[in-house]
Amino acid sequence: MFRNQYDTDVTTWSPAGRLFQVEYAMEAVKQGSAAIGLRSKTHAVLACVNKANSELSSHQKKIFKVDDHIGVAIAGLTADGRVLSRYMRSECINYGYTYESPLPVGRLVVQLADKAQVCTQRSWKRPYGVGLLVAGLDESGAHLYYNCPSGNYFEYQAFAIGSRSQAAKTYLERKFEKFQESSRDDLIKDALFAIRETLQGEKLTSTVCTIAVVGVGEAFNILDQAAVQALINEFEISGEEVPATESVAEEAAGGASADQGGAAAEEEAAPMDI
Amino acid sequence: MTKEHANWSPYDNNGGTCVAIAGADYCVIAADTRMSTGYSILTRDYSKICKLADKSFMASSGFQADVKALQKVLSSRHLIYQHQHNKQMSCPAMAQLLSNTLYYKRFFPYYAFNVLGGLDSEGKGCVFTYDAVGSYERVGYSAQGSGATLITPFLDNQLKSPSPLLLPAKDAVTPLSEAEAVDLVKTCFSSATERDIYTGDSVEIIILNANGVRRETEQLRRD
Repeated sequence: MFRNQYDTDVTTWSPAGRLFQVEYAMEAVKQGSAAIGLRSKTHAVLACVNKANSELSSHQKKIFKVDDHIGVAIAGLTADGRVLSRYMRSECINYGYTYESPLPVGRLVVQLADKAQVCTQRSWKRPYGVGLLVAGLDESGAHLYYNCPSGNYFEYQAFAIGSRSQAAKTYLERKFEKFQESSRDDLIKDALFAIRETLQGEKLTSTVCTIAVVGVGEAFNILDQAAVQALINEFEISGEEVPATESVAEEAAGGASADQGGAAAEEEAAPMDI
Repeated sequence: MTKEHANWSPYDNNGGTCVAIAGADYCVIAADTRMSTGYSILTRDYSKICKLADKSFMASSGFQADVKALQKVLSSRHLIYQHQHNKQMSCPAMAQLLSNTLYYKRFFPYYAFNVLGGLDSEGKGCVFTYDAVGSYERVGYSAQGSGATLITPFLDNQLKSPSPLLLPAKDAVTPLSEAEAVDLVKTCFSSATERDIYTGDSVEIIILNANGVRRETEQLRRD
């Protein structure tokens, strides 16, 4: 990107008032494979693209259950993401132990943000190279937050991070106004459509993406491949249109057979997303 | 030289009795629901049984504040295990965890007398019995608490084959059917209630088998 004399240490300001190391850390997030989140009043959905290093290897786990009511999707350095997920789980367990009630999502993201900030102000540390989409449910409803390496966090109705996330964001920007009142199944369908936007031509199958849901009466869970494939088949049968607002939860009738194995436009593995 | 004595004890005994019996494909865990202190009853309706995992239930008598703390620690540890291993803890694994947790406080023990019951990875019933500092053993049946001395000899007599009195035990678990074992447990408690003042009110029985969990309650004498 920009190589200059102010970017060696995280504790060095540039004359323009920037911390380049922090900005470089945010670049790492952009290089990771896409992760998408959206929420309604009662549910939050996380979706991510599974990219494997090669055909021989398995893909990386990018969605983690933090507690029954909170889950997180990551993009960027997955190792950093794993460590932060472990921290989040630990915080939830300790809070539950002390207060016998679930940790409110807003509190967790603040703790996460403060933890990230520490790494922007110590010369012997480096910022976490991972962006986190935290989806959770608490007394005030469903929430979606984005935590970035800078230590900032924002709440969103819908958001996408990682490579080619702009395509997904464009789709979400068109649709987000109706998310608040969406049903659970419509939310999942919109997540799948958004994921499809990031794939840019590559066939959307359940091997390529992972979906997770949390909501009122539903603990955070990652949908299994068969269920995801059934949902994909549903809307591919009905053509490439926008899904109807009422939920349809029946299984696919055989449907479009997935184009497995064929190496379609092989996406270049991002340097740090391994 | 008389030793200086504390004018206060951190412990109290809330009484009660716990029993567990292991069968070929089931496990019965039972405890009375009376909570007392001294000669008074605090409540007639307190559960001493805690579900630690899908296939592990712990019944504990003794000092219920310590029991509650122990249950919370084990539940939290189980959550961590689930996050790390993506599955539930097996009963034998939970048994070891409980032992370690108890020994961790060897020099300020949990005043808890535990019986852990569940199904092992083969689906067979398993019962583990403990002392307050974590010494444990897998057995075919066990009783702990204020009525244990009344119940244990009765179980030795009725469940002849898994009894360690013929060392080694002839069977690891009782050949009785599930219904017979539940009935035996009810008999144990009604008898113990007669003679032990700290046991009574009602007995909560948990039956664990391949189909899941079932809960039964039986009223006992309230005097």
